[in-house]
Amino acid sequence: MSWSRRSAEPVSTSPGSRARCGLFGLLLCGLSAAAGAQWTPLARDEVHDPASPALGLLQEPAEALSRLPPDKAGNMVDWMRALNEGAIKPRASLKGDATVRLREDEILLNKNGGMPMVRFPHRSHTQWLDCANCHEHLFKSKVGANRLSMLAMLQGEQCGVCHGAVSFPLTECARCHNTPRPPPNRTATK
Amino acid sequence: MSFRRTLMLALLVALPSSLHAEYADVVINKRSDAAGVRPVVYPHWFHRIRFQCRVCHDELGFKMRAGANEVLMVDIVEGKFCGRCHNDEIAWGAERCDLCHSGKPGLPSRIYGGHQTSGPGRW
Repeated sequence: MSWSRRSAEPVSTSPGSRARCGLFGLLLCGLSAAAGAQWTPLARDEVHDPASPALGLLQEPAEALSRLPPDKAGNMVDWMRALNEGAIKPRASLKGDATVRLREDEILLNKNGGMPMVRFPHRSHTQWLDCANCHEHLFKSKVGANRLSMLAMLQGEQCGVCHGAVSFPLTECARCHNTPRPPPNRTATK
Repeated sequence: MSFRRTLMLALLVALPSSLHAEYADVVINKRSDAAGVRPVVYPHWFHRIRFQCRVCHDELGFKMRAGANEVLMVDIVEGKFCGRCHNDEIAWGAERCDLCHSGKPGLPSRIYGGHQTSGPGRW
């Protein structure tokens, strides 16, 4: 768990730097501020009512998330590292005796596309989720039986039910497309 | 209207209005406005520190689609859905209305959050 790494990262939200931006600079500043902003206080997050009596009682995102392994997208927390390193210990069940069904295999996807292949890790998914969360309504339990589409994912279907909504966003292409293709076999075959 | 102002207005419209909400915050406003209370803000980040996804999305039966769950206060008081924990034992109970109903009045129900993608196109 690192407390200091985050403070070393550049944050482009100071009023002075904003004032120097030109028209297009303003756009760039706005976008970079949105990408680099760390955990807006609840009173300014545009979903909480600043007049709500809950403010001051609810935990602030920065208080909880700044203590966890950093990331560059989503909640700016590497949730897998947080889990694997024990920085968080989320309960697996409300019942005491529940067994977690971990699955260790990995599945290569996108074997014929243009992007690097996807190595889908069952393990990291089953550390959070039950089989029934994805099977069979989202994905059939048979390799090759699912027709996956980035377009569908970007619309919140398939992997996009979580990725882009709660798990790391779909702009993190290389986290899934992480496996180079073998060089094409140029040997003539009969 | 000047070109500059038009461009600024276009940017305001083009950029999601939820740039600052924490990633994966869900606003639930199916009945709140009509009932005269603030909408609910559900913070995924807070809950996933304490519970794995499977607890709510498997054991408690929450569908993984913002807006797909019909949860009434009477269910919560009876110990279903949020009420499995929000019962004054694991977490605050249903009588602490304001702690969950803390959103801006009038906000539409959906998933919010600003880091790079603002949630899927459909919830």
